[in-house]
Amino acid sequence: MEKSIARYIWTHTRGQQLWILLVVAVSMIPYFLSFDLPKQIVNGPIQGQGFDQPGATQTFMNISFNLPWLGTVTLFDGVELTRMQTLFALSMVFLLLVIINGLFKFYINTYKGRLGERLLRRIRFELVDRILRFPPGQFKRMKGAEVSSMVKDEVEPLGGFTGDAFVQPALLGGQALTALFFIFMQNTWLGLIAAVMVGVQAVIIPRMRRRLLVLGRERQITARELAGRVSEIVDGIGTIHAYDTSNYERADIASRLGRIFKIRYDLYQWKFLVKFINNFLAQLTPFLFYCIGGYLALQGRLDIGQLIAVISAYKDLPGPLKDLIDWDQTRQDVQVKYVQVVEQFSVDKTIDPAIQAIAIKDAGSLKHPLAAVNLSLADDSGAKLLERVSVQIHPGETVAIVGGAAGGGDMLAEAFARLTWPESGKVTAGGDDLLELPESVTGRAISYVSSDAYFFYGTLRDNLLYGLKHAPLKEAVYEGSGAAHRKWQIAEAKLAGNPDYDVNSDWIDYDAANATNRDDLFTPVLSVLDTVQLSKDILDLALRSTVSPNEHPGLAEGIVEMRHALREELEEAGLSSLVVSFEPGAYNTEATVGENLLFGTATGPAFIGKAIGKNAYFRSVVGRSGLDRVLFDMGYSIAENAVELFADLPPDHPFFQQLTFMTADDIPEYQLLLQKLKGKGFDAASEDDRGQIIRLSFRYVEPRHRFGLLTDELMAKIVDVRRQFHDGMPESMRGDIERYDPEHYLASASLMDNILFGRISHKHTDGSKRIRSIVSSLLNSLGLLERVIDIGLDFNLGAGGKRLTAVQRQKLNLARALVRKSEYYIFNRPLPGLDHRLQDEIVRDVLKLVRRDGRDPAVVWVLSNTGLANLFDRVLVFDRGLLVEEGTHAALVENNGIFKELVSS
Amino acid sequence: MLLKDEVQMLRRVPLFSNVEPGKLKLLAFTSDRVSYDPGEALFHQGDTGDAAYVVLAGKADILVDSSTGPIKIAEVETNSIVGEIAILCDVSRTATVQTTTPLEALRIRKEHFLKLLTDFPEITIEIMRVLADRLSHTTSELSEARSRARKDPELH
Repeated sequence: MEKSIARYIWTHTRGQQLWILLVVAVSMIPYFLSFDLPKQIVNGPIQGQGFDQPGATQTFMNISFNLPWLGTVTLFDGVELTRMQTLFALSMVFLLLVIINGLFKFYINTYKGRLGERLLRRIRFELVDRILRFPPGQFKRMKGAEVSSMVKDEVEPLGGFTGDAFVQPALLGGQALTALFFIFMQNTWLGLIAAVMVGVQAVIIPRMRRRLLVLGRERQITARELAGRVSEIVDGIGTIHAYDTSNYERADIASRLGRIFKIRYDLYQWKFLVKFINNFLAQLTPFLFYCIGGYLALQGRLDIGQLIAVISAYKDLPGPLKDLIDWDQTRQDVQVKYVQVVEQFSVDKTIDPAIQAIAIKDAGSLKHPLAAVNLSLADDSGAKLLERVSVQIHPGETVAIVGGAAGGGDMLAEAFARLTWPESGKVTAGGDDLLELPESVTGRAISYVSSDAYFFYGTLRDNLLYGLKHAPLKEAVYEGSGAAHRKWQIAEAKLAGNPDYDVNSDWIDYDAANATNRDDLFTPVLSVLDTVQLSKDILDLALRSTVSPNEHPGLAEGIVEMRHALREELEEAGLSSLVVSFEPGAYNTEATVGENLLFGTATGPAFIGKAIGKNAYFRSVVGRSGLDRVLFDMGYSIAENAVELFADLPPDHPFFQQLTFMTADDIPEYQLLLQKLKGKGFDAASEDDRGQIIRLSFRYVEPRHRFGLLTDELMAKIVDVRRQFHDGMPESMRGDIERYDPEHYLASASLMDNILFGRISHKHTDGSKRIRSIVSSLLNSLGLLERVIDIGLDFNLGAGGKRLTAVQRQKLNLARALVRKSEYYIFNRPLPGLDHRLQDEIVRDVLKLVRRDGRDPAVVWVLSNTGLANLFDRVLVFDRGLLVEEGTHAALVENNGIFKELVSS
Repeated sequence: MLLKDEVQMLRRVPLFSNVEPGKLKLLAFTSDRVSYDPGEALFHQGDTGDAAYVVLAGKADILVDSSTGPIKIAEVETNSIVGEIAILCDVSRTATVQTTTPLEALRIRKEHFLKLLTDFPEITIEIMRVLADRLSHTTSELSEARSRARKDPELH
């Protein structure tokens, strides 16, 4: 990249800079005119020069030029005006000039702002573009947060400076010179004084500011390092907690902040010192004017109008001058920042842009064998990881790579994936160096998976289909204002040197996923998810999620229908006792008393959480029926039982897990409460105590807690109160509760709860597992599986996919590659977190899957489980960076070599 | 069935006969009450053990996998405990337990069971007695099998 910021700006904004310079030059004319006017007004109409006789007139607005050769050219003869008229006319001209000057300023500032923002966009894009083209090794030495702080923050001032880079010195210089020139015109001596003072300022101030630049550079680097450290803390939070090193991190951050503070404080001190001196120098000049100019005026050698004009003109000098000096400061500052950033981004051996050129049409495939030719790989320290390995992978063959941990097979796989660049030798595809082939060929024909998976923030679907997004294949269609906006986007992107690919286009290469469009994508995707055994996890994610029926029309109806189907299915399998469903006229013994009473999900502030106990309507219904007394007695028994059972146990005892309606801390509280209420009953209890006791009864489930507190009579009463509660509910509260209705979908409950519409019985240990498998097969047979999985695919993975488990991430990582149609699949120990049985199943299924529909890709699999090598056509054995054995599984077993050792160990 | 009935039943289990009723109630409360249909398995050989079971009513067979299919090696009686080996020694289930009649049991989770042993030495001693009893049983069966094998070598 260009080393000098001025040249960089000039190269990219030459035309605009020249235009704005021209505008600035033109703006100087009214600016200059407005200087002379005050003097004219004071001397003319106010003091009466030229209006000696009452009724005298003067010519106003005579526009004529004395041009060489042509003589006097008169454009406008002017009009004759009296003293009073002249005063108003000149004042009006003054006002007009003020407006014109203001408009010029407005135009110039807007133009400059746009110029700067475009350049900022350009440079930011260029930097990110460079990151995308860095050689892989570069990323071992970079901290992501530091790079992003460079792209985001450190180049920011460049945008502001761009507009000012050439215009500001021209404008301010012009203004300063104009002012100076005007002072000279009034009085040469005063002009000289002003010029000398300006010279002193121009020399001294920039010198003093040099130190500011040094400090500024330090501030930039320390701030960038701070960003890097903060992101390290975020990424390494697990390690920090595990080793109790949080205080070490605190110390490190505090010392960094201390350093930054010192630098910044130095910066402030120095800055204000410079400011003080600058101001002093600026104020010194008017002192000389008053002193010397006043003396001259008193002596009569200078007329007062002239002195006022000089002083008034001088008012306009320090401003531009100060701005000019500030501009120079910014220029140097920005130059330092720019060089800092450019140095960080100047990396040898970046990837040629042509290799990453976008290929909308099919980029062609790799029909040739993939080969390592005399390939040696080394790590950063120069240690050899792979030595002079030559091997060929033919299209369509399956190759297993086995070997010890540092065998080198995994490095070969990385070289095939272009993640590690050769130290010597090369990796070729049909004679072409793999690194010189366009990425549109290699990145599509070769699918690489390793254990270290990165996922982008977004949904599971986005990440699963990420490997298909090579190019905007189907342009998004815009209408009306959308189309205009898109047009603007394209034009603006071009002006800032950005590409105009539309991120809203359909980037998914359906063809590569064995589909033709969005609608038939599901089948191939599901078969991939089944192969890596992830579909069950996704189904569970979906079943646990709450779905708005409006966003998924038709699904809610399907789910409600499924309730009946599930009931039949369970009956058929003799498992009808597995789920106890909610029925409007019956008590559900597997649900809590509270659920039975409310018979709905609280969705609004009237009933949610503790509000229900304070809700006047609810209390009146319960109180009228006398249920509150019954529930009070019930809660009292529960408290008695709980205190009896748990009073002696220490609070951290594992048995407390079973106590669902209280925590260990509540026990002593209830102990006191029981003593207080002993033998007194409902009427004697205070409002608060009643609430405390009744609360317990709400969480009671008879089959689970088994205290024997629910009688048939009580259940009937609860159902009756439930009916009263719902029937008499005021209109204003109806929106705050979603009532259980066998024929309606519950928007506030999870999909699974909606399907079951009941509670799983406590009697069966593996009840929920069995239900899950029944539900899954039922969804499939009812044709709802696709839609439900679709909801699961909407699950947001969080930062780096951290909302999935490690095993799920590895499976998803594998799935992401398998979704793509490739000529070569390179699997580099993709599933280290899985147990052997599962690995075995998945390897077999993957080998089957990649050959679906008569396709015949080559598979290279670096195995962590050597026992699976017999599934492959050929086995490569690596040991300490060397390819030591090669051949079919059977031959290697006979050979009695290292392979046999590996298998037996 | 209610907690207090369960306590009555637990008192009939030899293992818990010496434990005071208050503690038995706690044990009953913290365990899950589970019921099985005939032919259902409480657990399978090879599973990881996460709980022990006290059979309150019903019967079950203890089966061990062999090359010729499952062999029944013993029967679980009412009021006895099964599945304690796997949670005591952290091994996978050594046998499958399959019901022959409808069966009611209390499922005591591993961590609760271990806590129980440390809290109540009388239960620990009783468990040791049961295990020792089973060991002597197994030893005598083994020696019997060996002597039979010596007598009929042609069988092998």
